Amino acid sequence: MDDFASLMAGFQVALSWHNIGFMAIGVVLGIIVGVLPGLGGPNGVAILLPLTFGMDPTSAIILLSSIYWGALFGGAITSILFNIPGEAWSVATTFDGYPMAVQGRAAEALTAAFTASFIGAISGVILITFVAPLVAQFALRFGPAEFFAVFLLTFCSFIGMGRDNRSKILASLCIGFLLAAVGLDSISGDLRMTFGSMELMRGFDFLIVVIGLFGVSEILLTVEEGLVFKGKKAKIDLKVVLRTWAGLPRYWATLLRSSVVGMWMGVTPGGAIAASFMGYGLAKRFSKQGKNFGKGEIEGVLAPETAAHAAGTAALLPMLALGIPGSATAAVLLGGLLVWGLQPGPLLFVEQKDFVWGLIASMYLGNVAGLVIVLATVPLFAAIMRVPFSYVAPVILIICAIGAYTISNSIFDIWLMLLFGVVGYVFKKLDYPLAPLVLALVLGDRAEDAFRQALLGSAGSLNVFWANGLVATLVVLAMLLLLWGPISDMIGAAGRRGRPIEAKAAE
Amino acid sequence: MTKHWLAASAIFLVGATPVFAWEPTKAIEIVVPFSAGGASDQMARTIQGVIQKHNLTSQPIIVVNKPAAGGAEGMLEIQKSPGDPHKLITTSSGIFMTPMATKLPLNWTDYTPVAMMAQDSFVLWVNAKAPYQNAGDLMAAAKKASPPMKVGGTSSKREDNLIVFAMEKAGGTKLAYIPHNSGGQASTQLSGGHVEATTNNPAEDVANWRGGATKPLCVFAEKPMTYTEKVADGKSWADIPTCTSQGLDVTYTMLRGMFMPGKVTKEQQAFYVNMFKKVSETPEWKDYLARSALMPDYRDGEAFVTFLKEDEAKHARLMSEAGFMAK
Repeated sequence: MDDFASLMAGFQVALSWHNIGFMAIGVVLGIIVGVLPGLGGPNGVAILLPLTFGMDPTSAIILLSSIYWGALFGGAITSILFNIPGEAWSVATTFDGYPMAVQGRAAEALTAAFTASFIGAISGVILITFVAPLVAQFALRFGPAEFFAVFLLTFCSFIGMGRDNRSKILASLCIGFLLAAVGLDSISGDLRMTFGSMELMRGFDFLIVVIGLFGVSEILLTVEEGLVFKGKKAKIDLKVVLRTWAGLPRYWATLLRSSVVGMWMGVTPGGAIAASFMGYGLAKRFSKQGKNFGKGEIEGVLAPETAAHAAGTAALLPMLALGIPGSATAAVLLGGLLVWGLQPGPLLFVEQKDFVWGLIASMYLGNVAGLVIVLATVPLFAAIMRVPFSYVAPVILIICAIGAYTISNSIFDIWLMLLFGVVGYVFKKLDYPLAPLVLALVLGDRAEDAFRQALLGSAGSLNVFWANGLVATLVVLAMLLLLWGPISDMIGAAGRRGRPIEAKAAE
Repeated sequence: MTKHWLAASAIFLVGATPVFAWEPTKAIEIVVPFSAGGASDQMARTIQGVIQKHNLTSQPIIVVNKPAAGGAEGMLEIQKSPGDPHKLITTSSGIFMTPMATKLPLNWTDYTPVAMMAQDSFVLWVNAKAPYQNAGDLMAAAKKASPPMKVGGTSSKREDNLIVFAMEKAGGTKLAYIPHNSGGQASTQLSGGHVEATTNNPAEDVANWRGGATKPLCVFAEKPMTYTEKVADGKSWADIPTCTSQGLDVTYTMLRGMFMPGKVTKEQQAFYVNMFKKVSETPEWKDYLARSALMPDYRDGEAFVTFLKEDEAKHARLMSEAGFMAK
């Protein structure tokens, strides 16, 4: 229990007054950064990085990682209120969060999201505290074939677990893969499908597509429905927090499952985005209320948020222990470590004990501070839903446009956002699911890279995906998840066909 | 009394600083054509820190990452801003290779060269547990390997890919080059045993070397590196022999420098040349060079342009030999 003593010493470092101050500032800045689409955690951290060069490294990383926590919390706010994911990992939160807000349950959804974030993050931190070296070694076993298998697992869980029309899911997934392939192909070093256009060279940025597909298309739909005054019933008092909490223990299975999925994806490093989708997909299949998912089910908010935050936190582990950034924000933090003269890697835990345990202690405290701060803002944000939509809509559209522009300072991206708004509108009208498209866009090129790297190494032999126990297990699991849905449907259909008369009688 | 002294020293400082016809009037943007956290990004952020700490300009410095399409996004940004004296771009050999590999209408002669800050080395790394003691052992094993031995690096048709191609030619054997998105990723894959070797820069692999996961065999340069401070295993960067001395005759180094957009005035260029010269003389910069094992090689003016011309010709030759030129 040498580590435990180190952790206590870490708490002493993190609990000094000026470090608590930095923590609070960081969380508030992070929430702002997370709420504004496009600005995002990595940019927020990168902008503030130079300010910290003069600071003591421990205080600096406490400030910067608190921005990270804040951004993780903040991403949920716009997803729930306006169907606009402020961060890529909160896309899955919109599926049930926004319907809840429309039904006047915004405060409940926000509370659920924040609490789930907190539970996810804390499970990630506990993982870091107790099994850091062990898990770090495990992450090393992931070569290209294993990475591909993890992505395959994510895709399969989404297709197999979905209850929508499967051919529509597949179609949507394929469009996503197509969009993901635009831009520079990192394996051949060639440009693909850019048709000589400088703008397309960048490829389709995930956030622009998402802002369009979700945010703009939602506004189009609402306008069509005649600007209904939806959030009228939103209650705004802090008691709703307590009421929501009282209901949470019922969902312990979902919370546990998502925490495990999240920690796994964060360490491997599949990332918070894949984790949130996987958490949602699995909850949809295994929950008793699965068929209500997408219509405002609180479990549909809890599952992706818990998974995303467990992953976001666990992603810091490979960074500290191995120097591999598990996420974009972690990559910026990694750059920061180097500038402060700290070398991430296996020796960091030995050479910079104070720093590492100070950081870990600040993860506990930063998340507690974050939870308190965001919960206090619930009534404030829920109140926004009381403002008539005809006033709010233009503001949302402007925020969307600013967000799309900020990503790479390009006017073209605003047009792209509007175009995807129309695409999203058409998808919703034709009842095609948007989530598979988004998932394929985010993970498509990474899955492709891993697949081709694996084949380059094996000289084209597909056996590489069976070569060892780890990759074979992942592939088998993926196939099981893919076939689970269709097979259980077929069994169900066969059962129904056997008793047509009874079914009629029951009507 | 103190006041007088301050006033006197202020006058002295003004007198000591050469008077320039031009000073920046708004924030200066350093475009990094690679993603945040990478080697170019670290260099830009170190420069940013040094400039601010030593007050080398009164204007703030902003670092902007434009990594898309192998750095072409950042280069296009500079191409599109002729005459803008508040933009700079960090460059590597990519300034020649990106246009060559993609046929994009980009050319460094449309930019204004400011200064070369350093040269980066490439090292042949293997897993710490691997039986190879030198490049000869590795190449002998590669000849026997089937399927071909896996060698990892960053990006396709760029520096690492060129080196691996040269290794194939020099060693008379086939290698499977596996492109990764960053040197850090390649290094992790090496420590997990998923590739047999990498050609990472010193900074990209130092963490895993110190952590006992990887070890250097040789450096792809004509002379060993100069840093004699011990890094890991009781060895320093200077203790790594050249690959040529181990029978693998491949040498390659990469420039790291700063450019401005084209059509800026001589005074504007002079301001930045002077600023980067001062940066290159600060202790913080020297620390950074040592930490990243970069070769100090500051050049500006004609010396830099001559270097660029020679380097471009060399890359054109290497790229066409390897068949990496876009058709």
